[in-house]
Amino acid sequence: MMLGNLQPGEIVGELRAAGIRLRIGPFHINVRSEDALFASTFGLLYADFPLLATNEPAEFRIELDHPKGIRRWWRPQVRFLLDDSQPFEPFPKSHAMPLFEWGFNWCIYEHIHEFLIMHAAALEWGGRALIMPAPPGSGKSTLCAALTHSGWRLLSDEFALIRKPDSKIVPIPRPIGLKEHSIELIRGIAPSARFGPVFSDTRKGSVAHLKPPTDAVSGAEVVAAPAWLVFPRYEAGTRTTLQPLGKASAFVRASNNCFNYGALRKTGFTLLSAVIDECDCYELRFGDLNQALDQLKPLSENLRRVA
Amino acid sequence: MNTAPWFTRHPLLRILRSPGDVAQLSVPELEELICQARQERLGGHLWHVLEANSLLQSLHPVVRRQLWSGFLEAEYHRQRILWEADRIHWALRDLGLSIILLKGGAYAAANLDIAKGRFVRDLDVLLPKECLSAAEKTLIEAGWEHVVLDDYDQRYYRLWSHELPPLVHPDRRTELDLHHAIVPRSSYRRLDMLSLHASAIVIDTRGTKVLAPLDMTLHCAAHLFQTGEIRGGLRDLVDFAALVRQFSSQPAFQENLVPRALQLGLGRPLYYALRYATRLLNAGIPEPLMHASEAARPSPLVLAFMDFAIPQALLRSSAHNESWLVRFGHVSLYIRSHWLRMPPLPLAMHIARKSLRRWKFRESNA
Repeated sequence: MMLGNLQPGEIVGELRAAGIRLRIGPFHINVRSEDALFASTFGLLYADFPLLATNEPAEFRIELDHPKGIRRWWRPQVRFLLDDSQPFEPFPKSHAMPLFEWGFNWCIYEHIHEFLIMHAAALEWGGRALIMPAPPGSGKSTLCAALTHSGWRLLSDEFALIRKPDSKIVPIPRPIGLKEHSIELIRGIAPSARFGPVFSDTRKGSVAHLKPPTDAVSGAEVVAAPAWLVFPRYEAGTRTTLQPLGKASAFVRASNNCFNYGALRKTGFTLLSAVIDECDCYELRFGDLNQALDQLKPLSENLRRVA
Repeated sequence: MNTAPWFTRHPLLRILRSPGDVAQLSVPELEELICQARQERLGGHLWHVLEANSLLQSLHPVVRRQLWSGFLEAEYHRQRILWEADRIHWALRDLGLSIILLKGGAYAAANLDIAKGRFVRDLDVLLPKECLSAAEKTLIEAGWEHVVLDDYDQRYYRLWSHELPPLVHPDRRTELDLHHAIVPRSSYRRLDMLSLHASAIVIDTRGTKVLAPLDMTLHCAAHLFQTGEIRGGLRDLVDFAALVRQFSSQPAFQENLVPRALQLGLGRPLYYALRYATRLLNAGIPEPLMHASEAARPSPLVLAFMDFAIPQALLRSSAHNESWLVRFGHVSLYIRSHWLRMPPLPLAMHIARKSLRRWKFRESNA
């Protein structure tokens, strides 16, 4: 049973009562909220995700609530709570969805060491994974959204979850957060794409979430073997180039994009080494999205046969 | 009729008391267990306990990965703390100091049973008071920095606390607390720091020291019941129970614990630690030790209050509704923790100032 099988009224009701329990990639969450806008956005963006069975425990109990007292009327806010504690400052009340996405990211990189977790977008073609590690502002999400709508399967916009012991990528195909001009850009490329509402004036500017394709969500248990490691960097006006990158340099840069490379110690090194061994590594500098897509096309076309 | 106290149904406590019960927990109880273990930073310890009892296989994979993640986190921080201790040694090598590691850092360096899977965030170091400013100066020259604090906080630490304002090295970001005493100013006049230094034990070839078993155990009790805020201190109680268990095999530890506590003026915190380790954790404290600690028992009224408030404070739980009585308990313990640190007038001014600042901070972040 999927979240989308519930009536909108039921979603609102469940979110207000004990919470909605979902499987999102490999993770089990329980989310509560009294916010009607959050309920409708969540219901839209997460419609294809499966509800947990009653015998499956949720590991993250997330609550989005509204501070009481004067805050009820004056500049109302929304708080993110995990285990009843509040890891960061509240957002304005209408920004519950961006806060949820941000907070859930935090839950994963702060509390999960089952995987080596790389801050990267990841997509699949023919069973092979393209991993694009990058800091915020590098155009990673825009590129990821565009590839998602040009034949690649979305594995994740935010985290490459590298599993033990075979270094395969475990999908966590969540909504893709797009900022500012990227929103219109992706609407232009993919008219059929479904978006949640645009949230203006978040701490990252305007943000809207792109609903992950149904196929990507229903394929969330199908892992992919790393094949390409591409470090994207968007610079307005720059000429688009895809340059091969040495493995040593790729290793160092990839490790700097991992949240828990240190915490996993030797396991982290072993997993990342295997990823680097398996991947062709590149640096992608781009000033134009379509040119970037053209540069990446040969990767999937020259796909080596999987043994 | 169910006459067991409410806290025996607290999932984390239940598994700490009797690990084998883990297979009997319902799904909502397992969820509580994950949540409580994460909140109290006891996931790594729990992983270790369940592993030692071969109980991991029966766990749902989701529960297992949460505890495993807590364990890895703890082991990583343990390594960081030991490395930080190494760097401090290096930086202070010319001062010829006796460097005593405290709490988590000491458990890790001495490789005590409790160190396995125990989360440790900060490195706590005890130095002779007269060496403190030289050590601080040397560390700052070697690259350590004060964690950004305003003038008021700097003054507060130096005037009222038993430790300096925390330092970090920017390359590693591990917080370092330099202590000159193990209890706050208003209580330490009675505490003979020289005798702690004299009986400290060297644990490696560089001369790193940890407190002697008696003093280490008493410091743990004092940290929980004399200096800290108690709320959120379940981990300290788990430490205390483990230290008593491990050291009880040493000759004369049990006989000497209470006399040493009385000598250092720490009889009361020891009494509380023994009492609540027994009540909450079923810690198996030997009867003669419990009996001897009665010498430091508080008045019946105080004890009745503590019996009510301490379990509430140690076991934060969302399932347990906070009545006004419980909140009264929390506030009283909070005031008590400050009361032990400062005289009344500075205390009132301090609390007023902190509240005002917290309010301003919230408004500026709105």
